[in-house]
Amino acid sequence: MLESSKDSAKLDAMKRIVGMIAKGKNASELFPAVVKNVASKNIEIKKLVYVYLMRYAEEQQDLALLSISTFQRALKDPNQLIRASALRVLSSIRVPIIVPIMMLAIKEASSDLSPYVRKNAAHAIQKLYSLDPEQKEMLIEVIEKLLKDRSTLVAGSVVMAFEEVCPDRIDLIHKNYRKLCNLLVDVEEWGQVVIIHMLTRYARTQFVSPWKTDDDVVEEYNENNFYESDGEQKEKDRNVKKTYTMDPDHRLLLRNTKPLLQSRNAAVVMAVAQLYWHLAPKSEAGIVSKSLVRLLRSNREVQYIVLQNIATMSIQRKGMFEPYLKSFYVRSTDPTMIKTLKLEILTNLANEANISTLLREFQTYVKSQDKQFAAATIQAIGRCATNITEVTDTCLNGLVCLLSNRDETVVAESVVVIKKLLQTQPAHHGEIIKHMAKLLDNITVPVARASILWLIGEYCERVPKIAPDVLRKTAKSFTNEDDLVKLQILNLGAKLYLTNSKQTKLLTQYVLNLGKYDQSYDIRDRTRFIRQLIVPNEKSGALSKYAKKIFLAQKPAPLLESPFKDRDHFQLGTLSHTLNSRATGYLELSDWPDVAPDPAVRNVEVAESAKEWTAILGKTKKEKPTEKFYSESEEEEDESASTGATESESGSESEKEDKEEGSSDESSGSSSSSEESSDSESDSKESTAKKTSGAVKESNAEESKKKAKGISKNRNTSSSSDTESSSSEGSSSDSKSVSDSRSDSDSGKSGSATSSKKEEKTAQDRKTPSKQDVFLLDLDDFYPVTTPVAVPTAAVLSPSLTADLEGLSLSGSSVIDVTTQVFVPTKTHEMLHRMTGKGLSAHYHFSRQPDMFGDHMVPVQVTVTNTTDQKIENIHIGEKKLPLGMRIHEFNPIECLEPGGSVTVSMGIDFCDSTQTASFQLCTKDDHFNVNIQPPVGELLLPVTMSEKDFKKEQGMLTGMNETSATIAVAPQNSTSLVIIEKVVKAANLGVVPSGQDNIHRFAAKTVHSGSLMLVTVELKESSTAQLIINTEKTVIGSVLLRELKPVLSQG
Amino acid sequence: MLMRCGPGCHCPSPSPSNLIPKRVTSKESCQATDGKHRQSQKMIHSLFLINCSGDIFLEKHWKSVVSQSVCDYFFEAQEKAIDVENVPPVISTPHHYLISIYRDKIFFVSVIQTEVPPLFVIEFLHRVADTFQDYFGECSETAIKDNVVIVYELLEEMLDNGFPLATESNILKELIKPPTILRSVVNSITGSSNVGDTLPTGQLSNIPWRRAGVKYTNNEAYFDVIEEIDAIIDKSGSTVFAEIQGVIDSCIKLSGMPDLSLSFMNPRLLDDVSFHPCIRFKRWESERVLSFIPPDGNFRLISYRVSSQNLVAIPVYVKHMISFKENSSSGRFDVTIGPKQNMGKTVEGVVMTVHMPKAVLNMNLTATQGSYTFDPVTKVLTWDVGKITPQKLPNLKGIVNLQSGAPKPEENPSLNIQFKIQQLAISGLKVNRLDMYGEKYKPFKGVKYITKAGKFQM
Repeated sequence: MLESSKDSAKLDAMKRIVGMIAKGKNASELFPAVVKNVASKNIEIKKLVYVYLMRYAEEQQDLALLSISTFQRALKDPNQLIRASALRVLSSIRVPIIVPIMMLAIKEASSDLSPYVRKNAAHAIQKLYSLDPEQKEMLIEVIEKLLKDRSTLVAGSVVMAFEEVCPDRIDLIHKNYRKLCNLLVDVEEWGQVVIIHMLTRYARTQFVSPWKTDDDVVEEYNENNFYESDGEQKEKDRNVKKTYTMDPDHRLLLRNTKPLLQSRNAAVVMAVAQLYWHLAPKSEAGIVSKSLVRLLRSNREVQYIVLQNIATMSIQRKGMFEPYLKSFYVRSTDPTMIKTLKLEILTNLANEANISTLLREFQTYVKSQDKQFAAATIQAIGRCATNITEVTDTCLNGLVCLLSNRDETVVAESVVVIKKLLQTQPAHHGEIIKHMAKLLDNITVPVARASILWLIGEYCERVPKIAPDVLRKTAKSFTNEDDLVKLQILNLGAKLYLTNSKQTKLLTQYVLNLGKYDQSYDIRDRTRFIRQLIVPNEKSGALSKYAKKIFLAQKPAPLLESPFKDRDHFQLGTLSHTLNSRATGYLELSDWPDVAPDPAVRNVEVAESAKEWTAILGKTKKEKPTEKFYSESEEEEDESASTGATESESGSESEKEDKEEGSSDESSGSSSSSEESSDSESDSKESTAKKTSGAVKESNAEESKKKAKGISKNRNTSSSSDTESSSSEGSSSDSKSVSDSRSDSDSGKSGSATSSKKEEKTAQDRKTPSKQDVFLLDLDDFYPVTTPVAVPTAAVLSPSLTADLEGLSLSGSSVIDVTTQVFVPTKTHEMLHRMTGKGLSAHYHFSRQPDMFGDHMVPVQVTVTNTTDQKIENIHIGEKKLPLGMRIHEFNPIECLEPGGSVTVSMGIDFCDSTQTASFQLCTKDDHFNVNIQPPVGELLLPVTMSEKDFKKEQGMLTGMNETSATIAVAPQNSTSLVIIEKVVKAANLGVVPSGQDNIHRFAAKTVHSGSLMLVTVELKESSTAQLIINTEKTVIGSVLLRELKPVLSQG
Repeated sequence: MLMRCGPGCHCPSPSPSNLIPKRVTSKESCQATDGKHRQSQKMIHSLFLINCSGDIFLEKHWKSVVSQSVCDYFFEAQEKAIDVENVPPVISTPHHYLISIYRDKIFFVSVIQTEVPPLFVIEFLHRVADTFQDYFGECSETAIKDNVVIVYELLEEMLDNGFPLATESNILKELIKPPTILRSVVNSITGSSNVGDTLPTGQLSNIPWRRAGVKYTNNEAYFDVIEEIDAIIDKSGSTVFAEIQGVIDSCIKLSGMPDLSLSFMNPRLLDDVSFHPCIRFKRWESERVLSFIPPDGNFRLISYRVSSQNLVAIPVYVKHMISFKENSSSGRFDVTIGPKQNMGKTVEGVVMTVHMPKAVLNMNLTATQGSYTFDPVTKVLTWDVGKITPQKLPNLKGIVNLQSGAPKPEENPSLNIQFKIQQLAISGLKVNRLDMYGEKYKPFKGVKYITKAGKFQM
C-alpha cells in the first residue's frame, strides 16, 4: 500500500504501521518502504513517517541516511512549523554519522527568526549531547547564545539544555539572571519548573544565607512604595538594626517567584515552595504552606508527593503548617499511603496545645478497618507520647486499653510501642507488665511476643513471681516459637538466671539445651554465648563476673523518630527526596557561601560599556561617598551635571531634571531595587546614545552627544518615576498601567515646587523648537516622555530586560539576528489636530520597539493630549476601517484624561508590509473622530545584524528583479560615513552591517509582517554621487524605500 | 557504538539492565575527558499505558527504546499494593525510575532515568490524560485504542525529547484536529488531513492559550461557580472539620480577542486562589478583579478555598443507627437523611455510599425513597436517594447479615454522602459583573451556581 500512488492508501498504511509501533510490535522490516515517503506532500503522512523514523532510525542507520537530505531541505522551508519539525526529527534520529549535520542545523536554527524554531534548537542541543558528548564545547556556545534570547518561549527549553549539558557553568547565568527572573512569570509552566530549580541552585552559590541572623532579619529593602501591590507585609515589622542585608537580586528572585504560587500547575507550586524553603528568610517561607495545602485537593499522586515534602518541612519548622492541622485529618477513603503520610505530618505537628484534639482523632483512626493504618496510628501515638511529656501517661493508658483489642495486629503493635515507651519511663510498670504477661497466651505475632518477653526479662525484678512462670510456659513451647521469640526466651532465661537463679536454674539450662540443637545458627550462637557467660565453669573467664552487669545494664531508651528525619539533606521536590536515596543526576544543593561572590557579575554588559564610555570622554567624576546600590545612578547624575555645566540651554534643562530625579527618588524612598532597574534602563539608553554619538563623531559630534544625553536623561527621569508600573507590571501587556502609574507618580512628587518647575520647563520646551536647531527639535519630540508618563516599553518589557536587549545588539553576533532599533525614533506625526478633535489632540510616532504585540505588529505610540478645560473620559478605539489582512492591537481605553494632561499609550498595527493607511475611529465618551495612521515604509522594517559575508551571500540570492538601484547626488556634508549611517538609520529602521570598505555602507532589515530580508547598500562614488542599491523579495516596498532614501542623502 | 541488535530489541529477552549499561559505559568513556559522569537522559523517557488486567496496550518512546520488561517492576509493586489506589506513584528500579498515575482504570507509567521533580512528571501525565479526555470524550482503553494514531500524534506534539512542548489544549487542537464523525467522512472523501500545517498563532504571542481568528455567531460566556463542601462529622453529629473548596469553570465562546474582567460582590471570601495562566495576577492583587483574555472553549478559570474563619453551613444531617449483635450473625442498620440550613433550596442528587466491614455478607434493607444496591464483593452499599423533601425524610432500614463465626466489627463504617444544590454557592460568593473590552459585540453572559458535597463523611 505504501507504494500506492494515492495518498489515502499511503495514509492508511502508515496508520496501521503506527498502530503496530504503539502495541510494541516490530515493524522495522518496512523501513525502506516507509522512508521513501518522507518527502510526501501530505503533511499527515509526513508526520507519521517522522514517528516511524524516530522509532527505527537507530536500528537501520544506513537506510535512515536516505532521509537526511529531505530534512536538510525542510530546514530551509519558509514555514516555521516545517523548519521546526524537521529539526526535531533530524535531532531525534540517533545516528552518530550525522552529528556534524545536526550541529550545523542547531547553530543555524539557534539564530532563526522564529522563536518556535529556536525553542526546538534548544531541545535539539540535549539530544545531540546525549548522542555525542564530545560536542559539548560547541553546544555550550549555542546555549550561551540562546540564554541571551529574550523570548519566553525559548527560556525554559534553553535552561533545560543548560541543566543537561553544563549545569556547572554557572558563569553563563550571571548576565541572564535578572532577565530570567523577570521573564519567569511569562514562561510556559514546564519551563518555569526547570528555571526555578536552576535558580535555586544558582542562588545557593551566589548569595549569603538569610538564616544566620534569623531572629532579627532585617529587610533593607523598603518595598512599601513600589511593591506594595505585591502584598508583602514584611516591611511592616522591619526594624532599624542592620545586621543582614539581602542582595537585591536575591530579593528579586523571591519576589518574582511568589505569584507563581498561584499557578494551577502543582509542579510549579512545589518548585516555588522548595525555592522559598531553601532560599527565603525563615520568616517568609511560611507563605508557601497555604499553597501546598491547596494542592492536597488534587489527585492522589500529587497528594503523595506534596505530603512527603510537607512531612520533611514540618519536622524542621512546625509553625509553618500548624494553622492547617485540620487539613491533614485522614479520611476513610484515602489510600493507605496517603493516610500514613498524613499521620506522619500530624505527629510532627503535635504539641502541647493541640495534642488532646489529635489524640481524640487518633482514637478514631485506631478503629479503622485498614489495619496497616491502625498500626501506624499506634506508632504515632507512641511518638507523641515520647515527644510531649504531659500526655505520656494518657497515651500509655490508651495503649494499654488497646491491648484488649480484638485485632491481633493492633495488639501486637501496641505491645511494641508500649515496650518502647516503658523503656523511656521506667517508673511504673508493674501493672502493665503483669497485664502483658497475661496476654502472652493469646498473642501470636512474633514481634509482640518477643517484646513482652524482653520487657519481662528487663524488669524481672519488679515482677518476681510472674517472670519464672512465664519462662516455664515459654520453655514448653520453645520449639514452636519464631526465631525472634526464641532469642528473647534465651535472654529472659539468662536474666532470670542471674537474678533469681534458685528458681530458674534448671529451667534456664533446659532452654539453653534446646537452643543448642536449634536449626537456626543464630540461636545456636546465642545459646553458646550465654552459656559461657553465665554458667560458671572452670574455664569461664573474667567476663562472667560481669555477666550481671552486662545483661542488666540500664539500656538507653530508643528514640521514636520520624522516618522523614533524614530526608532533609535532599533538595525538596526532587526525585531523590521522594525515594530517599540519590537518584542518578541529582545535583547537591550547595551550602550558602560565607561571603557572597561579587554581585556585579550579574550586571548586564551594557552597564560596563557605558562606564567605559564615560571614561573615554574624560568627564570629571566627583567621588561621592555613596552607598553600594546607588553608585551607578550617582555616576550618571554627575555625568549629566557636568554636561549641564558646559552646555547653556539643554544643560540647565538637564540640571532641572536632575533635581527632579532627585526629588522623585527621595519621595519614592530609597528603594534600591527600583533604583537598580532604573539604572539599567538608563544604561541601556546610554548605550543607544553611545551608538548614535559614535556615528556622528565629526561635525555634529558635540550636538549629538548633547542630544543623546538629553534622551537618556529624559528616559531616566521618567523611568525612575514610574518604576512602579514597569517593574510591578512586569511584562504583562496591560497597558492600562500607564494611567495608573501616572497618577501614582504624580502623587509621589514631594512638593508642588518641583512639579511647577517642571511645568515651567516643559512650557519652555514647547517654545524652543523654532529657535533651536534640528536636535533640540528632537528633544521636543520627547516631550511626551518627559511628562511623568510610563515609558511605553515598561508595559511589556521590564527595564532590566531592555538592558538585556541592548546587550544583544552589542554582542554583534555573526549571524542574522533581530536586534533592537539602532536609532531611537524621533519624528511625531499628527493624528488628530486639537481643532478637529474638539480639544483632544493626538500624535503618534513609531517607537521601533520590537515584539511588543507579537510578531507582525508595528508598534505605534500614541500621545493623547487634552487641551480643553474639562475631563475627557473613556478614550478608546472605535470602529476600524482596515484594508484586508490588516490588524490592530488596540491600546486599553484611557478611562479619564485631566485637562491639560496627556497620556502616551502603545498600540500595534499589522500593516501587512504595505504603506496603506490604517483608518480607525478614536472615540471619547461623547464623541468620535476619524483618524488614520500611514506608516513610512522605513517603519515597516525590523533591523537585523549580520556579518558582511552573510550580507553578500544573501545579496547574491536577491538579484535580478529583486534588486532596485539608483544613482543619486550626495550633498557634500553628507559624504562622511557616519553621517550617512545616521541619516539612513533615521529614515528607516535598518540595522547597520559592519563594512570593510570605507565607501560602501550596508544596512539590513526584515519586513515586520512577512520577515523577508531587505538589504540596502550605499556605495559612494566620485564627484559626490552615490549608488543606492536595495535587494529584497518585496520589490514594491524596495522601490518605495529607494524613493524615500534618495532625498535623505541628497539633501543637506 | 549505540547500535542495537535491531529486531532483537523487541524480543522478550533483553531486560532493561542489559540494555542500558552499554549506553552508560560508552558515555562514561566519552566523558572521562572532562571528568564528569553525567548521564544525559533527562525527563520522560518512555510512556506505557497499562490497563487494569495488566496488559500494556500502548507504548511510546521519546528517546531510545526501553523494553517492556521494565514494567515488571511496576506489576510487582502493583501486586504488593493489593489495591490499585495504593500503588506508589514513584517506584525505583535498578536502572530506571517509574512514575505512574492511575486515571480512569488506566495506569500511565512513565520511565525516567535521572533526577527530575516527580510532580513535574505527575502533572504532565495528568495533562496527557486530560487531553485524551478532551479529544475523545473519555479516557478509556477503547477510546485510546480506536484513536491510536491521534494519540501518537498528540504525544509527539506534547513532548519533545522528554520535555513538554505544547500542552495547552487550544494549541493542540489547532495542530491536530480532534476526531469527529463528520470530519472523518469529509477526510475520506476529500483526502484532506486532520493535521494542521501552520504553527498555531497562540504559540508565538504572549497569550499562548488563545488562538487567533475565533468566530462565533452567538457570542456567549458562561461561568459555573461550583463549590464543594469537604467535611468530617463525628458520631455525635458535630463537625470535626469542614471546608469549602470552589472552582469557577468557564465556557467562553467569544469572537476575536475579548478582554474580560469579572468582579465579585465579596472577593474577600476567597482565601487561597489558583489561577489559569490567563489571569492578570497584578489586577487581582490590587483590585480583586479577575482580568483576563480567555482561552477559547471550556477551561477552569480559578479554583479557590474559602477562608477557614467562616463557619461552614452543613446542608444535610444524618441520623444513623448501625449495630452488630455480639455472637450473632446479624446486625441492624437504620439511616435517615434530612435537610438543614439549605437556604430555601432543595437538596438533590443525594447518594450515600458505605464501605461495610469485611464480615458483612449481605444486607436486607428497605428504603422509603430511592433505591439501594449492595456489592458483596467490594462490600459497598450505595443508596441513591434523589431529592430530599422535608415533609418525608428518606430512610433506609433493615438487617445486616454477617459471616458466621467472624468477630463482630468493632467500628461503625463511615458514611460518604454526595448531594447537589442548584443555584446556590454555599459560601455566599456572588459574581458582581462581567465586563468585556476589546470587542464590540454584546456577549450573552450567564452564571450558574452549584454546591456539591466533596469529601463528605460522617
